[in-house]
Amino acid sequence: MSESGGTPKAGAEETHGAQAPQAPVPSQASSRAPVTPAAEDDGNLPARLGEERLNEPVVRRGMFGIQDTPDTSGYGLLRVRRAPLIGSPRPYGSYFDEVADALGAALEAAGVGFSDAIEHVVADRGELTFHVRRERLPEVAAKFRDDPALRFELCTGVSGVHYPDDTGRELHAVYHLLSITHNRRVRLEVTAPDADPHIPSLVGVYPADNWHERETWDLFGIIFDGHPGLTRIEMPDDWKGHPQRKDYPLGGIPVEYRGAKIPAPDERRHYS
Amino acid sequence: MTQMPHAAAGAGDAEAAEGRVYTVSGEDWDEVVAAALQAEDFQSGERIVINMGPQHPSTHGVLRLILTLEGETVVEVRPAVGYLHTGIEKNMEYRTWTQGVTFCTRADYLMPIFNETAYCLAVERLLGIEDKIPERAQIIRVLMMELNRITSHLGGIAPLGLELGATTIYTQGARLRERALDLLELITGLRMNHAFIRPGGVAQDLPPGALEAIRAFGETAPPLVHELRTLIDANPIFIGRNKGIAYLDLAACMALGVTGPMLRCTGLPWDLRKSQPYCGYETYEFDVPVVDTCDAYGRYLVRMAEMEQSLRILGQCVDRLAARGSAGPDKDPVIIRDAKIGWPAQLSLGPDGLGPSPEHIKHIMGQSMEALIHHFKLITEGFRVPAGQAYAAIESPRGELGAHVVSDGGTRPYRVHLRDPSFNHLQSVAAMCEGGQVADLIPAIASIDPVMGGVDR
Repeated sequence: MSESGGTPKAGAEETHGAQAPQAPVPSQASSRAPVTPAAEDDGNLPARLGEERLNEPVVRRGMFGIQDTPDTSGYGLLRVRRAPLIGSPRPYGSYFDEVADALGAALEAAGVGFSDAIEHVVADRGELTFHVRRERLPEVAAKFRDDPALRFELCTGVSGVHYPDDTGRELHAVYHLLSITHNRRVRLEVTAPDADPHIPSLVGVYPADNWHERETWDLFGIIFDGHPGLTRIEMPDDWKGHPQRKDYPLGGIPVEYRGAKIPAPDERRHYS
Repeated sequence: MTQMPHAAAGAGDAEAAEGRVYTVSGEDWDEVVAAALQAEDFQSGERIVINMGPQHPSTHGVLRLILTLEGETVVEVRPAVGYLHTGIEKNMEYRTWTQGVTFCTRADYLMPIFNETAYCLAVERLLGIEDKIPERAQIIRVLMMELNRITSHLGGIAPLGLELGATTIYTQGARLRERALDLLELITGLRMNHAFIRPGGVAQDLPPGALEAIRAFGETAPPLVHELRTLIDANPIFIGRNKGIAYLDLAACMALGVTGPMLRCTGLPWDLRKSQPYCGYETYEFDVPVVDTCDAYGRYLVRMAEMEQSLRILGQCVDRLAARGSAGPDKDPVIIRDAKIGWPAQLSLGPDGLGPSPEHIKHIMGQSMEALIHHFKLITEGFRVPAGQAYAAIESPRGELGAHVVSDGGTRPYRVHLRDPSFNHLQSVAAMCEGGQVADLIPAIASIDPVMGGVDR
C-alpha cells in the first residue's frame, strides 16, 4: 500500500507547513537529530542545521496525494530526509535518569553492559522508552520487575507496530511497564526484521503478556519464542496473513450514497 | 451406537472418534449427566469436555469457555475469544485523527466515554497540547466519565442478578441505569457510541437544562443505589453464590496485570485517578473504595461503593459548571482555541439533524473565503500530529484502559492500540475457576465484568 507513508521518523522531518503546532520539546526529532556540542557555536545555527539536514539520506520524495495518477495537486519535488538513529541526550529529566541509572546498575551487577542490552534511550513527551536488543529482552524485563529500585510489577501488554520502510527493523513490539511501588511508567521497545520475525517471549517474566503476545502474533506475525501456546486469538485458526501489518489491505467495497459511489476507506484520497 | 437422548444431530463418525458429542440447550443437567454416565464408553472418573458459549446468556456476549469437567468440578477452563473482532484498530489507521474517536468508542461498548478519553489524551500528548485543553472541557469530560462509570457498573451488576436467577436485581439496576443513560443521551444525543470526546476538548457544550437534569439525577440516584444495596448486600442467596468465589489475591493480580475493582478488592487502593491524575481528577474530592476479600462479593462491594463516589464527583462537576455559568464558546470554550486543531464549527440542532450552526455556515458561505478554505481543509484533510508515540492510561470501570498511539506525522494515526482491561482480565479465569464448581463460573465471569467488544476490538 502506497499510503502507509514513511516511518514516523520520516514524517518528523517533513519540511512543508505543519498543520499542528510542534510539541514544546522537539520530540522525536530530538531522538534523531545530531546533537552538536555547544563548543562549536561559531557559525549561524539555523544555517548549520540546514546543512546537516541536507547531508542526511533522502527517504521519501513527493508531498502528498495520489502518486500513480496524473494528479497535479501534490508538490512532487519535496525530499524528506531522515537523521540517523540516535537516542536522547542526558539528562532525560523527571524520574527518567534515576530509572536509567538503576537499570544500568542492575545490569552491571549481572555482568551485562548497559549498551550491550539497550540500543538507545528516548525521552519524549514525558515518556521514557528503552530500545532493548531483542536477545536481551527477558533479562532486561526481569531486572525491571525484580530490582528494588525499579520494581515494575505490572506489564500492561504488548502493542505491535509495523514499519515496512524501517529496513531491518520492520516489526516493533512495544511493552508498557507500570511500577505501583514507585508510581512510574516506562516503555520497552524491541525490533525484529520481517525476514526473521522472532522476539523472545516475556510470559516467563510477566504472565500477563500471554494473551497480548498471542494477539501480536495474530495481527503482526511476530513469533514470540518460548511462548507456551502461540496460537491465533482474534482471527480464526486457519486465517492466512496478519491483518494489522501495513502490507495487509484493509479491504472494503464502494458504497453508493445518493447516486454517487463512495470508494472503500483504503481507496479514498488522503493527505498523509 | 445407541441413540443418546442428547446426542447432537449429525454427530457423525468423525466426532465419534473424538468422543461422544452432546448438544445441551436448556435441558435438565441431571438428565445429561445421567445419560453420560450410562454411555458404554464412559468409565468412572472420566472427564467430559463441555463447550460453553459463544452463544450463552451468562457469558456477557460472545465469550466461549471450553470446560473440562469431572462431574460438576471444573478441572480446566480455557476462554476462547475473537468472536467479536471487528478490526477497530486497523480501521482507525484509515481515518483522520478526529474520525478515530468514532471507531474507538465502539470498542468496549459499555464504557464508550472512557475509550474516547484514553485515545484523545494520547493524541493530545502527541500534539503537545495537554495543558491547553479548556477547563470547561475537562470538567465535562470528568462529568461524562463518572456518568459512564455508573452505567457501566450497573451494566455489570444488574445482569449478574439475572444470571443468578434474581430478576429484581436486574430490573432495579436497569431502572437506575436508564436514568443515567437518559442523561448521556441528553448531552450527546446517543445512549452509546457517543463520539463526544474529541482531541482538544469535547464535541459540544452541555445543552440547556442539562445541569438541572444532572442535579435531579444526583438527588434521585442515591436512594436508588441504597435500595439496590438493601436488596443485594446482605442477601443470603447472593452472598452464598458470591462470597469466597473466584478468589484472586494480590500476588496473582500483579502477575496477571489485573487492575480496577478486581485489584481493589484485594486491599490495594490503586486508582489512576488518584495516583496518576488526568483531566483534573486531583482537584476532586472522592475516596477509593477498597475491600480485602479477593472474591466476587468483594468486587461487587467495590463497584457499588464506586458508584456512590461517582455521584459525589458528579455533584462537584455540576457545581463547577454552574459557577462558570454559560459564557458561550468565545469566553468559555469546550474545545481547544487553536484554529489548526479545534473543530471550526459549533454544532447545533437544525431541521435536518445535528450539524454546523447556521451562523457558521453563513460566515463561511457568505462572508469569508478564507474561513471556508480553513473549514474545508480541517474537515476533509484533518490536522497533522507530530511523529512519535504516546501511551495514555485512564482508570476505566474495569481497570487500566491504555491507548498506545503512534503517529508518522500525518493526518491519520499510524497505529492505535487499545490496551483493554477486559482482554487482560479474562486471562485470570483459569486461575480463579479451576477446581471450583461449574455453577461458580457464572459469578466468577460476572465479577470480571468483561465486555467482548473491548476484548476483541
